[in-house]
Amino acid sequence: MSKHHVTTTINGEETEFLCETQETLLDVLRNTLNLTGSKEGCASGDCGACSVIADGTLVCSCLMLGVEAEGKTITTVEGIADGETLHPVQRQFLEHAALQCGFCTPGFIVATKALLDANPDPTEEEARYWLAGNLCRCTGYDKIIRAVMDAAAEMRGEARAA
Amino acid sequence: MDDQVNVAEARKGFKWVGTSPVRPDGVPKVTGRAMYGADMKMPGTLVGKILRSPHAHARIVSIDTSRAAALPGVRAVITAADFPEQNFEYIGPERVAVNFWHVTRNIMAREKALYEGHAVAAVAAISDSVAAAACALIDVQYEVLPHVIDVDAAMAPDAPLLFADMITRGVEPAPTRPSNVSKRLEFKIGDLDTGFAAADVVIEHEFKTATVHQAYIEPHACSARIEADGQGEIWASSQGHFAVRALTAKLMGMPVGDLRVYPAEIGGGFGGKTVVYLEPVAAMLSKKSGFPVRLAMSREEVFRATGPTSGASMWVKIGVTKDGKLVAADGVFKFQAGAFPGSPVMNACLCAFAPYDIANARAVGYDVVCNRPKAAAYRAPGSPISAFAVESVLDMLAKKIGMDPLELRLKNAARIGTPTIFGPKHAHNGYPETVQALLDHPGYRAPLGKNQGRGAASGYWFNGGGESSATMQVNADGTVLVATGSPDIGGSRASMAIMAAETLGVDYKQVRAIVADTGSVGYTHVTGGSRVTFATGTAVVDATKTIIKDLCRRAAMIWDVDPEAVVWEDGHARPAGANAGAFPPLSLKDIAAKAAQTGGSITAAASVNAGGQAPGFSTQFCDVEVDPETGKVTILRFVAAQDVGRAIHPAYVEGQIQGGVVQGIGWALNEEYIYNARGLLDNPGFLDYRCPVASDLPMIEAVLVEVPNPAHPYGAKGVGEVNICPPMAAIANAIENAIGRRLTELPMSPPKVLAAIDGPDAGAGA
Repeated sequence: MSKHHVTTTINGEETEFLCETQETLLDVLRNTLNLTGSKEGCASGDCGACSVIADGTLVCSCLMLGVEAEGKTITTVEGIADGETLHPVQRQFLEHAALQCGFCTPGFIVATKALLDANPDPTEEEARYWLAGNLCRCTGYDKIIRAVMDAAAEMRGEARAA
Repeated sequence: MDDQVNVAEARKGFKWVGTSPVRPDGVPKVTGRAMYGADMKMPGTLVGKILRSPHAHARIVSIDTSRAAALPGVRAVITAADFPEQNFEYIGPERVAVNFWHVTRNIMAREKALYEGHAVAAVAAISDSVAAAACALIDVQYEVLPHVIDVDAAMAPDAPLLFADMITRGVEPAPTRPSNVSKRLEFKIGDLDTGFAAADVVIEHEFKTATVHQAYIEPHACSARIEADGQGEIWASSQGHFAVRALTAKLMGMPVGDLRVYPAEIGGGFGGKTVVYLEPVAAMLSKKSGFPVRLAMSREEVFRATGPTSGASMWVKIGVTKDGKLVAADGVFKFQAGAFPGSPVMNACLCAFAPYDIANARAVGYDVVCNRPKAAAYRAPGSPISAFAVESVLDMLAKKIGMDPLELRLKNAARIGTPTIFGPKHAHNGYPETVQALLDHPGYRAPLGKNQGRGAASGYWFNGGGESSATMQVNADGTVLVATGSPDIGGSRASMAIMAAETLGVDYKQVRAIVADTGSVGYTHVTGGSRVTFATGTAVVDATKTIIKDLCRRAAMIWDVDPEAVVWEDGHARPAGANAGAFPPLSLKDIAAKAAQTGGSITAAASVNAGGQAPGFSTQFCDVEVDPETGKVTILRFVAAQDVGRAIHPAYVEGQIQGGVVQGIGWALNEEYIYNARGLLDNPGFLDYRCPVASDLPMIEAVLVEVPNPAHPYGAKGVGEVNICPPMAAIANAIENAIGRRLTELPMSPPKVLAAIDGPDAGAGA
C-alpha cells in the first residue's frame, strides 16, 4: 500500500510523516508521531478526547484524515505548556481537582484553550456549551467549569472568580 | 463553598488531612504524558483484533481459521479451543461469586454465541488493516437461535433458553425444568402480614430500569508478552492489576507467579474494569505468536461486549401509619444478568430497605440470563436500581399522609442497632445526619416556579474493606516513597500521600505516592467498593507507623540511648524527655544519611485485610423544570449530602459525589441500551447513547457530612459509590412534584414524560 507524504507544523515544529489514505490524524499522532496525549475515546467525534487545534479551529483529530494536515498548523495537548511552565488552563485544572481519571483531560485542556483564544470572557453558559462536545464521566463537570472560569479570569489578569 | 465550615471543623488538629493539595500524578495528566492502556508500545508489538458474533443467540457449528492464518502478515489466530476448559463451580462469597466455566466462555464463545458482540475468535497481525482482513477471512458457521432480551420475557415459561441445563438455584425443591432464572434469593425480617395490617396507607407499584453502561471514556486496552519459557508480562488499564493477574493466569492455565502485571493509568472504570475481557486473549495471542500483542477495543466493542449494569423489572409495596411510621415493606427485584449468571440483584435486595428501620420487610430477587452482554459492576452495583423503586414509593406515601418526604425518612432512619433484613444490625450512624443536612439547607424550602418541582431521595451502600498492601521507603535525601497496589482512578495517590505525610509529620510534597506492579508490592484487591481510602489507606498508615518505629530505633542507635527514650514528633526523632538526653532533633534526612550505619535501607511493608468499613449513606434533593411542550426535563439545582466519615482530600471527595450524581442524572433521564427486533444493539456509540454533557447540567452542590469511622486511622468512609443511588428517584419525585404524574420507568426521556403529561396518571395512590 503506497503512503502519502505529508508536511505539516505540529506544536510549532515542522513535521513530516507518511500515512495511509484512511489513517486519521489521531492515528498518525498516536501511532506514527508517538504523541499519545490525544486519546481515542470513540473515533466518531462524539467524546472530544482527541481534540486538537488545526489552523485555529478546534477539531476532533479522529474526524480528520492524516493527509488533511498537509500545510496546516496543528496544536495538540503536548503543545499547550510553555516548556516546563504550565498553561493557566492546565494549572487551574490541577488546582481545582478538575480531573479524576484524567483520560478526557487532554481534550478538555485543548478545547478550553480554543475557547479562551476565541472568547476570553465567556459566561458559564457559554463555557458549558463550548465544552459540550467533550465527555467527562468522572467529575460531573462542576470542577471543570470552575477551572475554566478561573483560567479565563487569570488570563484576563483578574483575581480568582470564585 | 458551603461545606467549608464543616470540613474546617473536622480538620482541627490535622495538618494535611482535610486539605486538597494538587495530586502527585497531576502534571502528566494535563500535559498528555500520562500513559493509559493503549499508550504502551513494546518493540515488535503485533496488533490484535477480535472477531465478534453478529447474532444475539446462535449455535457455533464450525470455525475455519485456515484462510486467515495463511494471510501474509498474520502471526496467530485463536479460538476458544486454545483456552483450557474450566470447572463448573461458583467460587467466593455469594454476593460476588465467580464461575470460571462462565468466565472462559465470556472471554471467547464456545458452544454458542450468547449476545451480539460475543468474541468468537481473535487474530494477531502486523498491522490494523491486515488484522481486519484476517478477521474477515475467518469462516464461522452459525445456527441462529431465537433470542430473548427483556427480563420479564426471559422468565416466561416458553422463553428461548440460553443454557439447556440451567436449574434455578435457591428454590426448594429444585425445579425439574430448566429456565433462564439462575437464582432466586429471599431476605426477610419480621412478619409481613402483621406489618401491613398495622399500616394506615399501603402503596405498591411496578418499576422498570433500563440497561446502562459505565461509559468510562477510555476503551479497554492492554499489551501482553508471553515468552517461550511461559513467563509473561501484561500492561493493562484496570481497576486491579492483581485481579487481572489472577483471572488471566486462571484462564490461561498458567501459574500466577509466571505473570507480572503493570498498572497503566486507568481512564475510568466505575466497576466495569474489575473483570477481564482482553488480557487473556492478548496473552494467548502472544503465547501463540511469540510476539508482544496489543489489543484495544473500539467504543462500539465497549458497548456491545463489556459492562453494562442490569436493567430490571421490580415491584415494591410499603405500608405506613398516618403519623409516618414505616411498618412493612416488600419487594420483588428481577435483574438481567446478561449472557451469564451474576447480576447484582443480591445487593439490590440487601440495600433496598437498608436506610430504614422497618420491623417487617422482605426482598425477593431473581438473577435472570438473557442475550445481552454479561453485566459487570457499576458504582454501588444493584443498589441504585432498587433505590429507584423504594424511594419512589416512599415519596408517594409521604404525599398520601401529608408529610414532608425528608421528615418521613428522618423519622424512620436507621441508626446504630437498627436491624437489617440481612442479619447484622447497623453498626454506624450517618444516615439521619444526611437527611438533617438537607432539611437545614436553605434551598430545600426555596420557592419554585411554573412547571418546576422538587424531589428528594436517599441511598445506601455497603462500602468495602479487604486486602490491601503498601510499602514505604525513606530515601537518602529524606523524601518518602509510598507504593500501593491500588490503581488510582480518581486522585487516590493524593489521599495516600496525605495520610502518610500526616502520620509521619512531614510536608505533603516530601511524599511521593505511586501505584506499584504485581511484582513490587503485596497483593491488593481491586479499586472498587469505595475501599481504597479506607483499606489501602489503613495499610499506608500501618507501614508509616512501622517506619516511625524504625526511625526511632535508628535515632536511639545514633544517640546511643534506649529506643524507648526516643519519640517521633512533627517529623523528627526527639528525646522522650529531659532524662533521655539533650540531643537536637533528627529529621528524616538526618536519619536517612546514617541509614547504612543503622541497619541499611529504611523500608517497611504492611498488608491488611481491613474490616470495620462503614457503609455509605447519601440523601439528595433536586429541582427540575419540565417543558410541557417537549417533555424535556432540565435539572435546575442538585444538592447531594453524603456521610463521608472524614474527607481526607475534600476536593476529590466532592468530585466523587458530583460525578456519581451526574451518572445518576444520565441514568434517570437519557441513558439506555436500545435493541432492535433481531436482538442487536442499536445505539453502540456516544451519539445515541446519550451521557450527560456540560451544557445539560448546573453546578452540583456536594454537602460533606462527617461522622468519622472509628475503624479507620483518620475516620474515613468509602465515598465513591452511594452518591449514584438517590438521583433516579429524586428526579422522578421532582418530576411528579412538577407535573403531578408519576414516572416509573427509566429513562425518563422526553417521549415518556410527554406521554405521562398527556396520559392518565400511572401512579396508583399518588
